[in-house]
Amino acid sequence: MTPIVSYQNVTKTYGDLEVLKDIDFNIYPGEKVALIGPSGSGKTTLARLLMTLEEPDSGIIEVENKNLWQEEVGGELVKAKEKHLREMRKSIGMVFQHFYLFPHMTVLKNVMEAPMTVLGLSKKKARQQAEEMLEKVGLSDKLDVYPAQLSGGQKQRVAIARALVMKPNIMLFDEPTSALDPELVGEVLDVIKEIAFESDMTMLLITHEMDFAKEIADRVAFFNEGIIAEQGDPEELFNNPKTPRLQSFLSRFNS
Amino acid sequence: MERLTTYEIFISLIKAGLKVTIQVTFFAAILALVLGFISGLARMSRHRTIRFISGVYIEVFRGTSLLVQLFWIYFALPMMGIRLSALTAGVLAIGLNYGAYCSEVVRSAIQNVPVGQTEACIALNMTKTQRMVKVIIPQAFVMMLPNLGNQLIELLKSTSLVSMITLTDLTYQANILNATTFETTKVYTMLLVIYFIIGLPLSKGVKLLEAKVSEGRV
Repeated sequence: MTPIVSYQNVTKTYGDLEVLKDIDFNIYPGEKVALIGPSGSGKTTLARLLMTLEEPDSGIIEVENKNLWQEEVGGELVKAKEKHLREMRKSIGMVFQHFYLFPHMTVLKNVMEAPMTVLGLSKKKARQQAEEMLEKVGLSDKLDVYPAQLSGGQKQRVAIARALVMKPNIMLFDEPTSALDPELVGEVLDVIKEIAFESDMTMLLITHEMDFAKEIADRVAFFNEGIIAEQGDPEELFNNPKTPRLQSFLSRFNS
Repeated sequence: MERLTTYEIFISLIKAGLKVTIQVTFFAAILALVLGFISGLARMSRHRTIRFISGVYIEVFRGTSLLVQLFWIYFALPMMGIRLSALTAGVLAIGLNYGAYCSEVVRSAIQNVPVGQTEACIALNMTKTQRMVKVIIPQAFVMMLPNLGNQLIELLKSTSLVSMITLTDLTYQANILNATTFETTKVYTMLLVIYFIIGLPLSKGVKLLEAKVSEGRV
């Protein structure tokens, strides 16, 4: 099977800090991959490169067999222009740790905006789809409310609806519950689980919720200091970690 | 010489000068706002030349006196063959001057919109223009309003300078009245009162607009 996302020798540094060291990593269509690891180990950067929020220093990222950050002009590979990036982004959606809802729009408008401006849907059609999506995340009673009046868990569910309504083939979740109060984590994880189980969307989940990762992931990759230190089947990886680094990382969650 | 009552002075000032003061304020404010948005956005352009041009405009008009700019446009430009009416010259000078200040207000508000908003737009595949129009500027606008309101009041007060280039605004009329009646205290007190009265609805209006655009967000 050909991968839907493929990182080849990808490197990224911030100043002196090498956050991704020569990463080779494939994600296959429909696969749910969980990325775990300590903060600053490179998980988030991996997702941000894919969402075109940041550019790799070197290496190639392919999405659906097309080069994400480069395009061919006159037989030569050059840095991709905005037009190419916009074409590529059609396949990818992202949910952020801090939601980034549009504070000046109601919940409904937050979800309707991109389908109307980006996909060119009619207002009626966009509204219908937004309402369906918000019902799915359990927020049908909050359509006309502004984000400031929502709890963190509700905000994140709106953000999930906003990303899903664009129908991406690949969804990235960047620590979707890390900014939430503990009692609100469950409602967001439940929504993500439901999506994971019922859709054939490819999902990349960066998370610190180990039980959640174990439950929904087809594969778990453990990041440490810019490399993938260990990866494999969730049961195997959690119950029988091979590297000392993963053993000590997991022991902190089993107390 | 007949003695005028305070009320008569008030009416006389308003009759002769209010129209010009309001005209200059209105058109100069529109010009300043338009220039402020254009040069504020241009200051953040990807193209160096555009950034440079807008930078020069801002520095020149902030760095020199409004009165001198006014004299220059009204008295010096005609020497180069560009003759403007006093009203046009007044509106142009004040609009250009306050436009330079407004552009800094616009730029700093836009840069203060959290970067996460831009990232959310990218993740939703919006174009750069869509990001600006739908997401960034509406949020920046709320932040700029108090500052733009201050600029508007400042602009209103600065219109008194157009009396120096023969425009019969409130201040010009006050000077005439003072010279003919010697009621100095009454005349200039009434002049203060009138500027204050015009300024009041402006600051109230901006407050109302602020409340309106930030409705439900806090």
